Amino acid sequence: MLCFFTLVISNNNIFLSLSYNTFIHLQKTLKVSHSIPPMKTDLKESTSQINTARRQFLRHAGISAASLGILATAACHKGEQIRVKPNKIDIGKDDISILNYAYAFEQLEAAFYTQLIQTPYTGITVDELALFTSIRDQEILHREFFRASLGANAIPALVTDFTATDFTSKNSILITAKFLEDLGILAYIGTCGLIKNKDYLTVTAKITSVEARHAALISNMIAPGSFSGSDQVNAYGLNNSLSIGEVLYLINTCLKTKVNAVYYDYQA
Amino acid sequence: MNLFNIINEIEKIDPEFNDKLSPRRAAIKNITSFGSKVTLAAIPFALGTMLKRAYAADSVIPGVIEILNFALTLEYLESSFYNLATGNGTVIPADTLPYFITIRDDENKHVTFLSSAIITLGGTPVASPNFDFSGGSGTLTGPFTDVFTNYATFLKVATIFEDTGVRAYKGQASNLLSNKDVLTAVLAIHAVEARHASAVRQILKISPWITSTATLGNDTGISLADANYQGEENVIQGGIDVTKLPALAGNATDIAVATAAFDEPLTMAQVQNLIKIFIQP
Repeated sequence: MLCFFTLVISNNNIFLSLSYNTFIHLQKTLKVSHSIPPMKTDLKESTSQINTARRQFLRHAGISAASLGILATAACHKGEQIRVKPNKIDIGKDDISILNYAYAFEQLEAAFYTQLIQTPYTGITVDELALFTSIRDQEILHREFFRASLGANAIPALVTDFTATDFTSKNSILITAKFLEDLGILAYIGTCGLIKNKDYLTVTAKITSVEARHAALISNMIAPGSFSGSDQVNAYGLNNSLSIGEVLYLINTCLKTKVNAVYYDYQA
Repeated sequence: MNLFNIINEIEKIDPEFNDKLSPRRAAIKNITSFGSKVTLAAIPFALGTMLKRAYAADSVIPGVIEILNFALTLEYLESSFYNLATGNGTVIPADTLPYFITIRDDENKHVTFLSSAIITLGGTPVASPNFDFSGGSGTLTGPFTDVFTNYATFLKVATIFEDTGVRAYKGQASNLLSNKDVLTAVLAIHAVEARHASAVRQILKISPWITSTATLGNDTGISLADANYQGEENVIQGGIDVTKLPALAGNATDIAVATAAFDEPLTMAQVQNLIKIFIQP
């Protein structure tokens, strides 16, 4: 609920259109998110003392998928507009799956910023255009990096769906950008413990902090000084994280090609 | 006390113990196979010998407690810095004070979190050093002597601390591969440091991300900090020259984009060398 109210306060223009969708989808969203099964890896965790520590300090780590789901409703596809039977692809397993997961996410971000620069919002300043162009180019490079790294193991190009974003409205753009950038960090932190190859781990960490730099900028554009807000950083000063299933559930609202992760017990 | 209890006890102190052991199962099997011939009292000694062998090859990889204490020292540096700057009431203008109160509070939380994590894992948190924020190695007359009276100097030091902090945490990620809980926590702090770095750089009116040239990692204009940014100009990622990857238009990517899109790590030794000037001996 916190996200919902933040959203409303930060964007008066979207209130009327969002509130309708939000209220009618609220209960459905909550039910769906609660049905996300626990990840296999969580079940496989040993019960050493470190996990006690983990429970103590990560207990408050996850922001609820439900609250983000509401934001996703605002950022991505509108209500019941998808009529085409969606394609589904799967990220696979092991390190390949984590790279494909990142590749899917970077495809989404790159597509969003590419559209933003093609059709800039009303009143965009020279500085804003330069910053968003730089972010676009970085996201495209992230996408191309994962595509090149994966080679024949790469999932196909995804068809995105940003019909709920009003590309003429700065507020609408900032809400979608914050949703994507924050979610990228949540996703990368949520999967770092699943990576087996140390070089992959380091390179995803290199990208994680760049996404955090983007997120801090976008947050400050929405509300100056909100770069490390309580919606993203927990009471211990740690950035939150989300599981693969939680993230895919959210980004599939921005995708016509649905991304599955059967190995991690998630299917759209 | 049997062998497995001993191993369990050691795991409480060093969670990586089992992983360090597993490639050397043969050594452990030796203990159990002639266990009947070894008296109960001799087992701890025998295990100690085996442990030394098991650990020898990994001696260059810092342990979890060592990494957390390294992180704690960095957080002491940052929290002391912001506690002083926000406490003296003059160096930070009112319009950006809320930014630095947010950062200060995060750094203080990191100190608390890391200290309790170290204790939980059976370690002892290091004590805070005394700092010299002038960068004078204890002389208090270093290049940043006016750090708490001149806002421009304060911003420079804050930028250096945040960007270097991001690199320091990132450099430990691969050392924590076998301990995913600590790894996740460390990278979660790392992301918050990157949020800080972006915010401070926005205040400084430079790019929120580090945009290097082919020869100079440092994009801050603070030439004293060249070493803190050395390596940010790297364009080889996972064996791929990312400047050769296609951009929106064309078949190559600009060096500015290639360096901005990836933040680079520093080793523990590199970071310790860089922060030495801010620590009183």
